[in-house]
Amino acid sequence: MAEMPLLQVRHLTTEFLLPGKGAARALEDVSFDVYPGQTIGLVGESGCGKTTVLMSILRLLPTQAQISGRVLFRGLDLLALSERQMREYRWKEIAIVFQGAMNALNPVMSVGEQICEAITLHGLMPRREAEARTGELLELVGIPKERGVQYPFQYSGGMRQRAMIAMALACSPCILFADEPTTALDVMVQAQILELLGNIQRKMGLAIVLVTHDLGVVAEMCDMVVVMYGGKVAEYGPVDRIFNNPQHPYTQKLLEAFPDLAQPVASLASIPGAPPRLSELPPGCRFAPRCHVCLPQCASEAPPLLEIAPGHFSACHLCKS
Amino acid sequence: MRESWLLFWRNLREFWRVFRHNRMGMIGAFLLLSAVLIALFAPFLSPYEPSLVIRDATGRGLTFAPPAVHGPLGTDDAGRDVWTQLVYGARISLLVGLLAGFIAMFIGSLLGILAGYFGGWIDTLIMRVTDVLLVIPDLPLMLVLVATLRQMELKISPLVVLILVIGLLYWTSTARLVRSQVLSIKERQFVARARAIGAGHFHIIRRHILPQLMPLIVANTVLILSTAILIESGLSFLGLGDPTQPSWGTMLNFAFDRNAISNGAWWFYLPPGLAIVWVSLGCVLLGNVLEEMLNPRLTAHHLEGDVRVRPLEGEGAYG
Amino acid sequence: MTQEPLLLVENLRKYFPVGQSLGDLLLRRPPGLIKAVDDVSFTLLHGEILAIVGESGCGKTTIARTLIGLEEETGGKILFNGRQIGARERRLQAGLVPLESGAIGTREQQSLPRLSFKQFRQQAQMIFQDPYESLNPRATIFEIVAEPLVVHGLARGRAEKIQRVRNALEDAGLRPAEEYFLRYPHELSGGQRQRVVIAGAMVLEPKLLIADEPVSMLDVSIRAEILNLLHDLRNKRGVSIVFITHDLGTVAYFADRLAVMYLGRIVEIGRTAEVLKNPQHPYTRALLSVVPVPNPRLRRERVILQGEAPNPIHLPTGCRFHPRCPLAMDACRMTDPAYVQLSATHSTACLRVESTAL
Repeated sequence: MAEMPLLQVRHLTTEFLLPGKGAARALEDVSFDVYPGQTIGLVGESGCGKTTVLMSILRLLPTQAQISGRVLFRGLDLLALSERQMREYRWKEIAIVFQGAMNALNPVMSVGEQICEAITLHGLMPRREAEARTGELLELVGIPKERGVQYPFQYSGGMRQRAMIAMALACSPCILFADEPTTALDVMVQAQILELLGNIQRKMGLAIVLVTHDLGVVAEMCDMVVVMYGGKVAEYGPVDRIFNNPQHPYTQKLLEAFPDLAQPVASLASIPGAPPRLSELPPGCRFAPRCHVCLPQCASEAPPLLEIAPGHFSACHLCKS
Repeated sequence: MRESWLLFWRNLREFWRVFRHNRMGMIGAFLLLSAVLIALFAPFLSPYEPSLVIRDATGRGLTFAPPAVHGPLGTDDAGRDVWTQLVYGARISLLVGLLAGFIAMFIGSLLGILAGYFGGWIDTLIMRVTDVLLVIPDLPLMLVLVATLRQMELKISPLVVLILVIGLLYWTSTARLVRSQVLSIKERQFVARARAIGAGHFHIIRRHILPQLMPLIVANTVLILSTAILIESGLSFLGLGDPTQPSWGTMLNFAFDRNAISNGAWWFYLPPGLAIVWVSLGCVLLGNVLEEMLNPRLTAHHLEGDVRVRPLEGEGAYG
Repeated sequence: MTQEPLLLVENLRKYFPVGQSLGDLLLRRPPGLIKAVDDVSFTLLHGEILAIVGESGCGKTTIARTLIGLEEETGGKILFNGRQIGARERRLQAGLVPLESGAIGTREQQSLPRLSFKQFRQQAQMIFQDPYESLNPRATIFEIVAEPLVVHGLARGRAEKIQRVRNALEDAGLRPAEEYFLRYPHELSGGQRQRVVIAGAMVLEPKLLIADEPVSMLDVSIRAEILNLLHDLRNKRGVSIVFITHDLGTVAYFADRLAVMYLGRIVEIGRTAEVLKNPQHPYTRALLSVVPVPNPRLRRERVILQGEAPNPIHLPTGCRFHPRCPLAMDACRMTDPAYVQLSATHSTACLRVESTAL
């Protein structure tokens, strides 16, 4: 941990202005670090803001979104850059594989051509080199070079996802954002893709930010975990501590609710109610209405994110630093 | 059935709450509604009968009198009051438009649902007939039909002939639209669920397909209405209307025949022309807005998500 | 095991014809067949939960749809409570023309007592995967839950209808039920919607529920509630459940028995604990090894199969798993393995297992 973090996210807050309805706070005070060669997992249920974190860092949100806080990439605040300067960092330094991206391939263009086009459009290298690079990239993600001439419909879901990863890796970025990269895939293909991501990470020294709702994937892939709830960080720390010594009641319940094939239990825990809507967030702790150990002050007072052990943060009134 | 009324009112109020703020929709509704009111209250809006000839002090017919000389809109070549003809003409134009529009809508929806839901040879048959009707130019076809029916000297009013001809020929676009919609609705999971429950075809169409189609049908009816009024005006302008019950199209026909344009009698031909524009513009505006509003997918904002019921005590009782 | 099963499925087959091109027609090529379900047999006892697990395209959803009558079987036998389900009515209901009409209703089958399809429909209900799609967006919750009663003409009078809908909603954990009567599906959360679906399925008090991935669209914290609710209904009502899923983690604690499918065939079936602790088929083993486990300290040996399941139009010869099987032998290319009984309840179809067992 003596290394400098590649990316430091500090107090990231994102609000969406809704016409005639005020603002919806999609993210509030999100902070975490990304170190080179590490995988950090953003976990949470639908609508907890995990995708918004990625989009806010890359500044890919619609104009009615207001982002504040700091996003330091090698010490440089990305949020302070002009849009043109930002373009130099997007994809070249920080690449993203969007959720469901594998269905976003152009159906009437060959896969190789699409990757090649992405490279030449950015003016990184001449056409001939770009073609050679395309071949390299395809081999890197485990697709035979020759299949580059084929069209997306001739690819299986897993192969399309590989192609999207190849596209993201075109400029040898140092950080890869992967938004639910395996959600629509079968377990076996999921295992293939996760193995691929691990191999690429080792080969390229890549840092990966993995957004997922699958705690099993996090346990197998990640070094650090950010557990998000209602647009805020509930708990943040090393994967081993989060899974074996969770401090936030939400993390505890989420882990109990997740089936473990290695140690099946008699019954799974459930959390009553449903995750909050962003336009109707509870005033105090966002998890309070569903919490099983809720204190009186939880309803009114939002708990701060405290460091309860070195590198382990939790936002709960029950946790003391 | 008090609940269903309650629900109906709730939905209507909800609809009005959103609709109120839509400028285009409000303009369209105003244009259309004003025309309907004028048609309904025509006798109160004019002291004359539409066929009454206005005479001057000497007893001569007051022909081609400009608005400055007589009434709000002057008189025509025979000395009849143009304003009176306009407000009574609204009745004919709207009546023909409405009835023809409804007939077209009914036939189109019915055939579209049958074709889309059952598929197979029913679909092929209906769609081939639709194709044939679509490729025949409608105006000449209608001209021929109306003229032929007139020749046969049936004991039906020329207006009824107009209504039937327009209604029976103008359902093709609706049928195609409805069919494509039904094709996608019937693949949705709630239809599969109804089938799994054991529901029959009639039940599925009535309870599951039709409610999803209603917004489309309502919006399309309003749009078809404008087409029907335009077609009626066209046919009447060509002299196929009922001269004893003049619509706006018939008025234009008279104006054209009696050289209103060369006489400079703009008050004779402009008002009916503008009235037609007024109503069809209203229909188009309202129809487009309705289509947009009643389609739930076009309105929801992704951040608002679903409206959710507050958590209840019963939740988690099985936890 | 002397108890008569609620559901007996024998050699169930469901083939879909592949669209023929004009060229195929001109050359009089026979239509291709997708063998979505090919020779599947299993039983389901009263009050039992059987999970059918497999990757997408393995035919598990086709089994569900065929059992409930949304598709017509190409061949095989489905006995419900020992009675054949009337095939003719079934065909009419499904609105489909059978592919091989000869395969249905052989003389022997016709001699079995019959259950009209309408009667069967009252006793078997389906729960669909997507709670956002399986509820008519323009119907109220009351209408949705009452629909089966209306369709089958079961509720006598309005008061009884209200009472039964109320009971069903409350059994599904939506209390007080009246609060939900006049709501629309879009006003409810995903978990609540799935409860409505379950209420609608339970309002007829069926004996069999077929649940097609009932929790895969829901958030993790909601899933357990729905699964616990289904467990509860089984324990209190004795309803049997066929649970279709791709998620082995859920199965581990939810199902009594487990059938693993690969390319239209059950490759291994047995009591859940048996199959999970002692998987015999190489496919089951591989599948179990790659399920992510929420324990960062556990580093397991993973068997990651390469490639993806082949297209069910061009099935491999012999054992259909052999092209991807890490243990494939020469014989696997030729012989389609028969089931090997490993215990009274556990069996698998693999030549390797056969050779060790003998």
